[in-house]
Amino acid sequence: MKTYENQGNKDTRSGFGAGLTELGRTNPNVVALCADLIGSLKMDQFIEENPERFFQIGIAEANMMCIAAGLTIGGKIPFTGTFANFSTGRVYDQIRQSIAYSDKNVKICASHAGLTLGEDGATHQILEDIGLMKMLPGMTVINTCDYNQTKAATIAIAEHKGPVYLRFGRPKVANFTPVDQNFEIGKALHLVDGTDVTIVATGHLVWEALEAAKTLNEKGISAEVIDIHTIKPLDAKAILDSVSKTKCIVTAEEHNHLGGLGESVARVLSQHNPTPQEFIATNDTFGESGTPAQLMEKYGLNADAIIKACEKVIKRK
Amino acid sequence: MANTQQLEDITTQVRRDILRMVHKVNSGHPGGSLGCAEFFVSLYNEIMDRKEGFDMDGIGEDLFFLSNGHISPVYYSVLARSGYFPVEELNTFRLLNTRLQGHPTTHEGLPGVRIASGSLGQGMSVALGAAQAKKLNGCNHLIYSLHGDGELQEGQNWEAIMYAAGKNVDNIIATIDLNGQQIDGSTDTVLPMGSIKDKFEAFGWTVLEIEEGNNIEAILKGMAEAKSLTGKGKPVCVLLKTVMGNGIDFMMHTHAWHGKAPNDEQLAIGLAQNPETLGDY
Repeated sequence: MKTYENQGNKDTRSGFGAGLTELGRTNPNVVALCADLIGSLKMDQFIEENPERFFQIGIAEANMMCIAAGLTIGGKIPFTGTFANFSTGRVYDQIRQSIAYSDKNVKICASHAGLTLGEDGATHQILEDIGLMKMLPGMTVINTCDYNQTKAATIAIAEHKGPVYLRFGRPKVANFTPVDQNFEIGKALHLVDGTDVTIVATGHLVWEALEAAKTLNEKGISAEVIDIHTIKPLDAKAILDSVSKTKCIVTAEEHNHLGGLGESVARVLSQHNPTPQEFIATNDTFGESGTPAQLMEKYGLNADAIIKACEKVIKRK
Repeated sequence: MANTQQLEDITTQVRRDILRMVHKVNSGHPGGSLGCAEFFVSLYNEIMDRKEGFDMDGIGEDLFFLSNGHISPVYYSVLARSGYFPVEELNTFRLLNTRLQGHPTTHEGLPGVRIASGSLGQGMSVALGAAQAKKLNGCNHLIYSLHGDGELQEGQNWEAIMYAAGKNVDNIIATIDLNGQQIDGSTDTVLPMGSIKDKFEAFGWTVLEIEEGNNIEAILKGMAEAKSLTGKGKPVCVLLKTVMGNGIDFMMHTHAWHGKAPNDEQLAIGLAQNPETLGDY
């Protein structure tokens, strides 16, 4: 089977910072806004190079989202930066009315998503944001898996007209996708060919899915691995093509099973090709304090959990 | 440049439009719309420097943002009578498939509208974003916005008010419709807000009061002064004291017509008090 080499652990938020820096140099319409989390969002370099195109809003996320909406009137492409929780749930109505319904070209860039924010605990670990954002008409929802992909996605969304939710995380994780890749919104990445089970994963779970596929391969199980970085619009064809071969599927995400990638996949399958599916996701719960690895273990969001789910779903065929 | 009588005539026609729009669909918000009729007419005919036609970016012209979107009837009437879309379209207000939704939106592509509003408290932040885009674009035109006084109970306004002064956004004139009424009663009974003037000043704004907010000459004079105060490092707030329901005697000085349409008989009385000037749609 095809394997991927970890080029060295890096945080996805630094990929965002690097992408934003590049946009600062190449696209004069890109502006950035932050609600008092410059360091956490890795926006320092962009700010140093483009002080006039950066807006420090202070701890006022509602104001930030609507200022971003206003900046589009005049042709700017605003990138907002704060934690995923404060990028979505806290400001849902502002995004709904002033950005999504008003069809404003705002890029909502959300760091520290999911359990891997770690020790700060459940107040900061949102597991509902994909659901909130994918329900908004016209919103594109992207959850990137590593540093390189996050950098590429950040650059790509500037060229996309319309509101985008870009979700990434805090910890240093495996960086395994190609440097300077071309990121195509809505196009799933076929990572590993397999015949017995399909694993579709998003965000930090993609690397776990690759690790799971390696172990499954040693056990004689051939797993196909697909990275769904764009949850909306969903690449239904990639999923349907794969399950037509494997006849079963496991979805994996760092999000509640309600409202996440798994439900979007289940909808496609139930309409076009009903297929046994297992869900790697949190089970309608809040998170808690702990290290990222401890939390992913406790809530069943790692390679071991994916392996068990694959073995279970194969028996359901 | 229109004279005051011409603006009065437009205002009378706008009042008729408002009454007929809300009466036809038996819904909508006539009270605040009528209270701001003189302001809108003055703004679109005299105060703002506007380009012909409409494009979303609005570079090279003054822009207006309505934050209290429920007074859409006056907004739509004045936009139509300022040439943004045919006045006949006022006939479609709140009907299925209309561009004239209950609350203003860009979703159906209505010329003149740049942001959806209705869920309150968001418009000042949007206006500030647009003001900062103007600065980035080197465009010296101004941003005008309108907000309800009851709307200031929404906390986001105070984030925006703090930001505007802190960041020296001095190319905005935010007007507060100070009619003292909201849906459930007077602002003083619902949630007393104290002195709005003191609050804006404490946050670092330049504040101007227009005592007769339904007097076109007073509006033109006050807004000209407000304009002269822009570009001096501070955002400018105009407190526009209006009478809700102005121009229809039985609708004045009460919150009762905030969100209620007149019946056939009440419509006839209201229209009789405001004879046709420019022609009904």
